Amino acid sequence: MEHMEQYSITIDGRTLTAWEGQTIMEAAHDAGIYVPHLCYLRGLVPFGSCRVCTVKADGRFVSACTQPVTPKMTIENDSEELLDLRRSLIEMLFVEGNHFCMFCEKSGNCELQAIAYRLGISAPRHDYQFPERRLDASHPDIFLDMNRCILCARCVRASRDLDGKGCFDFVGRGRGRRIAVNAEARLSDTVVDVTDEAIDVCPVGAILKKRVGFKVPIGRRTYDLEPIGSDLEARRRPRAAAPTGGAS
Amino acid sequence: MSTASPTATKRVVIEPVTRVEGHGKVSILLDEANHVTQARLHIVEFRGFERYVQGRPYWEMPVLVQRLCGICPVSHHLAAAKALDVIVGADQLPPTAEKMRRLMHYGQMFQSHALHFFHLCSPDLLFGFDADPALRNVLAVADRYPELAVQGVMMRKYGQEIIKATAGKKVHGTGAIPGGINKNLSIEERDGFLKDLAQMTEWAKGALKIARDYTEANLELAGRFGNFDSNFLTLVREDGAMDLYDGQLRAIDAAGEPIFDQVDDQRYRDVLLEEVKDWSYMKFPFIKSIGAEKGWYRVGPLARVNACDRIDTPLAEAERQTFKALTGGKPNPMSLAYHWARMIELLHAVEKIGELLHDPDLQGADRVTRGDRREEGVGIIEAPRGTLIHHYKVNADDQVTMCNLIVSTTHNNTGMNRAVTDVAREFIDGVPEISEGLLNHIEVAVRAYDPCLSCATHAVGQMPLVVKLYDAAGALLDERVKGCEA
Ligand code: SF4
Repeated sequence: MEHMEQYSITIDGRTLTAWEGQTIMEAAHDAGIYVPHLCYLRGLVPFGSCRVCTVKADGRFVSACTQPVTPKMTIENDSEELLDLRRSLIEMLFVEGNHFCMFCEKSGNCELQAIAYRLGISAPRHDYQFPERRLDASHPDIFLDMNRCILCARCVRASRDLDGKGCFDFVGRGRGRRIAVNAEARLSDTVVDVTDEAIDVCPVGAILKKRVGFKVPIGRRTYDLEPIGSDLEARRRPRAAAPTGGAS
Repeated sequence: MSTASPTATKRVVIEPVTRVEGHGKVSILLDEANHVTQARLHIVEFRGFERYVQGRPYWEMPVLVQRLCGICPVSHHLAAAKALDVIVGADQLPPTAEKMRRLMHYGQMFQSHALHFFHLCSPDLLFGFDADPALRNVLAVADRYPELAVQGVMMRKYGQEIIKATAGKKVHGTGAIPGGINKNLSIEERDGFLKDLAQMTEWAKGALKIARDYTEANLELAGRFGNFDSNFLTLVREDGAMDLYDGQLRAIDAAGEPIFDQVDDQRYRDVLLEEVKDWSYMKFPFIKSIGAEKGWYRVGPLARVNACDRIDTPLAEAERQTFKALTGGKPNPMSLAYHWARMIELLHAVEKIGELLHDPDLQGADRVTRGDRREEGVGIIEAPRGTLIHHYKVNADDQVTMCNLIVSTTHNNTGMNRAVTDVAREFIDGVPEISEGLLNHIEVAVRAYDPCLSCATHAVGQMPLVVKLYDAAGALLDERVKGCEA
């Protein structure tokens, strides 16, 4: 194993040790500091598209999920300015899709909803766009509801890198960009399986396992019980014992 | 009756203006001699839902469709779940599921009837409906009868807590799922409800007494106010007993003779048809064998108490017998008798809650079942306001392709129009004027049916109304505003 440098960095005034090659997100994670994020998921190649994890590193706005730490880096994570920026990004995600939490079966397990609660968003300041989006119910065990897709690419990366299948990908550009299935027309024409990693990683209710619905009552779901990020913060350790990610 | 064109009639329009949810307006059509030809209650209905749900996965329905209504979401939740039981082939629910759902339903019935009685109609019954509208409201009830106001609040809360314990939330819960229920009742929850049961029963008896005493003391008024013959429709159990959660369809005529009985809920279209009229978004259902003109019927508490053979809880059954004795065993045709019938059901609901709370099946672990998948299912429930029908078709991909909902207020459409017409005839006969008495009586007539709009328009005790009088050419002659702040 190659020798890895240890860096001393600060996040919101707290000094901690990071390892060479780690991203800010990974260093924060190891220290039990929650940086809100949507497209980032441990175990997937960082994508840096949602910008919800934007922090200020040495005075510059960067995505925590893609930006590597440098020695003595000074990072701002929990500030009014960043909070406002993140709120604004989340609000835009809400208005550009059709997110009706009141009857969405993902409610309580949805990361978008959970972040909105954690950031204290009550109503978006922008107008809802009510776009026309597709449903794909063709697969016997999987239901796609693109009304709720936030284009985080978790499914794309998981299917390609973890499942080795490449069942999902982006098509179109700009406002026309959307997730498509790797088939002529429908999900049932792909080799995707309900046990694939790609089916579990969706942060919202866009990829659903059929017939699960409301089997777990609202009120007993992951983020009903405690705000998103709390599990990480509960594990806050004084020093990072082993690095996450980074050079190896 | 003609749907005369505006140029041949004068039109009086009475419309609530301040609230958005389920509001309606009343227009009264006069002929050249200023006699009422017809009165229409226009209700805004959310027809868009039936289109919106197309393509959605079926298991979403019980949660999605309850958004139809902020007033009786539990009824929509359960009716949809019952229809989906058929779709997933759950022909016999596990006892825990069936009983949890029943408990949820009786909790809803209890809180809805208590709300209607104490907050909406008690001012009319306690003060008389010619009393000054400024005094005839729930605030005045709280002032003059503080103990009643407290009971109203506590009974509503009791019902809501039961809903929360069974559905997961007080409003828009998710408890009922296709083929069962997603939680059972803990011992702590059960004991909490048992503690207050005797008190709730006593209060329900007290409310019932007010409604009964009022009806008996005002028989002359009840006899000329919205008193007309009609058919009645309800679900009944196989043995003919009242069953608010499940059963077969029964319709009786004004004399109490059966029109049909024990019709399987899946076959409701064999006996009921719906008519569309050009002046309303609402459909007008009628009994197929009788036809559109005479086949209309009433639903809700009055229909249920009139049409069932008995009630399977002792206190409510004793009251039913008193109720039936008043009309010599025949169906009671009086709109004002809805209040009494509603309170009989309030008592029945709390008796049922007591029965269920003592049943250990509520703590069972077996909560969901499935069988052979079907493509079509109907769920019918007796909601607080009357029969509620949910009908779905689902394709092989699990998507809803067809949804038909017939809500209680729709069933009562013609009945309410009849009640309003009767009132209008009495007050406007030859005098094209909108009197205070007319306004009050229309309000009370509509409220007897507890249509969805009544809560919305009666929050502080009065329906906001704007009354407009048009001449035969449609020009505005007069306007009166009532109960509006502006
Ligand atoms: S479907 Fe889900 S995982 Fe895939 S891009 Fe959309 S939101 Fe992300």
